[in-house]
Amino acid sequence: MSDERTYSILEARGLSAGYGSGDAIRNVNMHFYDKRITAIIGPSGCGKSTLIRCLNRMHEEIPGTQVRGVVALSERNIFHMDPVRLRRQVGMVFQRPNPFPTMSIFRNVAAGLILNGLRGERSLAEVVETSLRQAALFDEVKDKLDQPALNLSGGQQQRLCIARALAVEPKVLLLDEPCSALDPIATAKIEELLLQLKDQLTIVMVTHNMQQAARVSDWTGFMLMGELVEFGRTDEIFTTPRDPRTQDYITGRFG
Amino acid sequence: MTDARLRRRKIVNGLMFSLTAACTIACLAVLFVILGYIVYHGAAALDWSFLTRLPKPVGEPGGGIANAMVGSAKIVALAAVLGVPVGVLGAVYLHEFGHNRIGFVIRYAADLLNGMPSIVIGVFAYGLIVLPMKRFSALAGSAALAVIMIPIVLRSTEEFLRLVPASLREAGLALGVPRWKVILLVVIPSAWGGILTGILLAVSRIAGESAPLIFTAFGNRFWDNGWLNPMSALPLTIYTYAISPYEDWHRQAWAAAMVLVLVVLAGNVLARLLMRGGRGASNA
Amino acid sequence: MMERHFEKVEAELRERILHMGGVAEEMIRQSEEALLERREAPIVRIAELEEEMNRLHIELDDRCLKLLALHQPIAADLRFIMACIKINSDLERIGDQAVNISQSTAYLLRLPPIDPPPFDIRRMVALARQMLRDSLEAMARKEVALAESVAHCDAEEDGLKKAAFIASMRLMQSDPSTIERALTLILITRNLERIADHATNIAEDVIFWAKGEDIRHNRNRKETNP
Repeated sequence: MSDERTYSILEARGLSAGYGSGDAIRNVNMHFYDKRITAIIGPSGCGKSTLIRCLNRMHEEIPGTQVRGVVALSERNIFHMDPVRLRRQVGMVFQRPNPFPTMSIFRNVAAGLILNGLRGERSLAEVVETSLRQAALFDEVKDKLDQPALNLSGGQQQRLCIARALAVEPKVLLLDEPCSALDPIATAKIEELLLQLKDQLTIVMVTHNMQQAARVSDWTGFMLMGELVEFGRTDEIFTTPRDPRTQDYITGRFG
Repeated sequence: MTDARLRRRKIVNGLMFSLTAACTIACLAVLFVILGYIVYHGAAALDWSFLTRLPKPVGEPGGGIANAMVGSAKIVALAAVLGVPVGVLGAVYLHEFGHNRIGFVIRYAADLLNGMPSIVIGVFAYGLIVLPMKRFSALAGSAALAVIMIPIVLRSTEEFLRLVPASLREAGLALGVPRWKVILLVVIPSAWGGILTGILLAVSRIAGESAPLIFTAFGNRFWDNGWLNPMSALPLTIYTYAISPYEDWHRQAWAAAMVLVLVVLAGNVLARLLMRGGRGASNA
Repeated sequence: MMERHFEKVEAELRERILHMGGVAEEMIRQSEEALLERREAPIVRIAELEEEMNRLHIELDDRCLKLLALHQPIAADLRFIMACIKINSDLERIGDQAVNISQSTAYLLRLPPIDPPPFDIRRMVALARQMLRDSLEAMARKEVALAESVAHCDAEEDGLKKAAFIASMRLMQSDPSTIERALTLILITRNLERIADHATNIAEDVIFWAKGEDIRHNRNRKETNP
């Protein structure tokens, strides 16, 4: 648990979003603090996935999505930015591991750089190794970097996807239920990994697993029917929630 | 349940099973009878010189189909060069942006075009290319075949693009890769095995077309004189020889038919193999 | 397998508990100094230490609560938190007993010492301190044998207290001028005996944490009856 409040690197202000009829999220105001893990919890359909997708404009991939309000990355409205440049700063990892099936482990991690034609002063091999180490995967795959990524287990594939996202050095990493397709041991590894990563970047995670939010995050937002019901420090949310709806949800007394 | 009713049910079951089995056998039988008939008549005339020689002048026995084979290859190749990019890129457009009325119209048009009798397409190429240029040409033949090919490639490619999970595209976009690069470098390579299969099936289909070539490539008993002149093709040779009054030409028509069937068959088998091994295995 | 984040949190909690134990020990040591060497200064020091003790008591309760809420520990992890919660309150009580001793001592310092003393209070103080130190050591090293030895010492402390009670009674009967001082001494022996009890509780919690065995109330345990 990190106690000090850092500055807010990402912020949603009056954010509403919806698909055609009705809003999936309504008037969300939320801060995401630098180098902290923020968890968004809530029941299915509460809008938490919509919210996290809005944070790097991946919602635009779902036809017919409309957004009102502002999301600011270091005080710049992301809806006025080039989505391609935005996503290099705000990366995303998805619910199901989605390595590129036609590529080797190495090329998967390097994909962001290769596909973008980005070459810094560091060599590709260096970037790949660093990213795999950050994702706590290097030791498991160092002898088979040229094998297809699909040969890895589900948990390893998800860590590969995290390594792939890290390789482009984002400031913020969004994770949309990153463990929901994984077994408990693979889940525990990802959780440990996130705790290590928060020294380097800001993490926003959607999860339907409350214990996971409790174990991992510094800040927690609870969403219900498209509204952000409560947002606060994780230890406070899980010991003394202010809103009775939060209390009901986290104690499993819902509905 | 009485014994009599049970027995009746068993008899009906047996009858229906036999009927469906018989129909299946009939389907297969037709294929094998055709193949057998062609091989029976064609194999006798088929030898190395048949494959490597030009046709003899009318009246002289012997001669081969070398020019027809090369012509077919050239016409089909040009048709593929013309048709494949249109089909594949059109499919990419449909897949990426075709979730609306326009997409529906395009798909419907492609299906209609697919069902169009090939001779109509031949006439179309005749009117559009042969008449204005005042000459039969391989180019016109290729154009006609390309028109046949486009809807097949379009629809099969789109189908295989659809099989690429949306999560891959999202993965690419989330890395800050521009959309066109994601499509070109992630989506298409992932569907490549399937796309290639569709192309091969389309090539096999047009390789056997004769009707569109009758008023376009026209045929030629010698080596061709380039794309803008008449060119020979296997289906044309078969057609010409089969309707001729000469016994020797009939024999050669059978042999040419056998060659054509083998080529098309090989294409189909190759497509199936690609399909089986292709998904996800090709390394980018 | 990488180190679990929970282990880090757990180690931190253990470090704080041991720090708190150190404060409790220091409080006993200071009250010993005041009592045996008849000095005023340690009494002031104890009041300061008590404030820190109270802060730690609240801090550790909060840590344990959050640990339970956020990590939902089970098995050995859960037993550890349970032990910490109980040890936390035992240590706080030990601190209170030390404060009581120092207050009684402040009273005694205003009167001349009883000469010769009716019983050996040094031994009682030393034993109580030893028991607390051993129980904390057992906690730090997760050492069951050491914790068990603490439980055995408790009987000796009880015996000493009973003997002291009888000796004090005799003294008061023979010389009524000592009644005030002797009664105060009896109160102090009672405080010391309580400290030994709390140290025993700590040792038992360590055993429960380490082995999952609850050894409380299995022995014939003394009841205090002054």
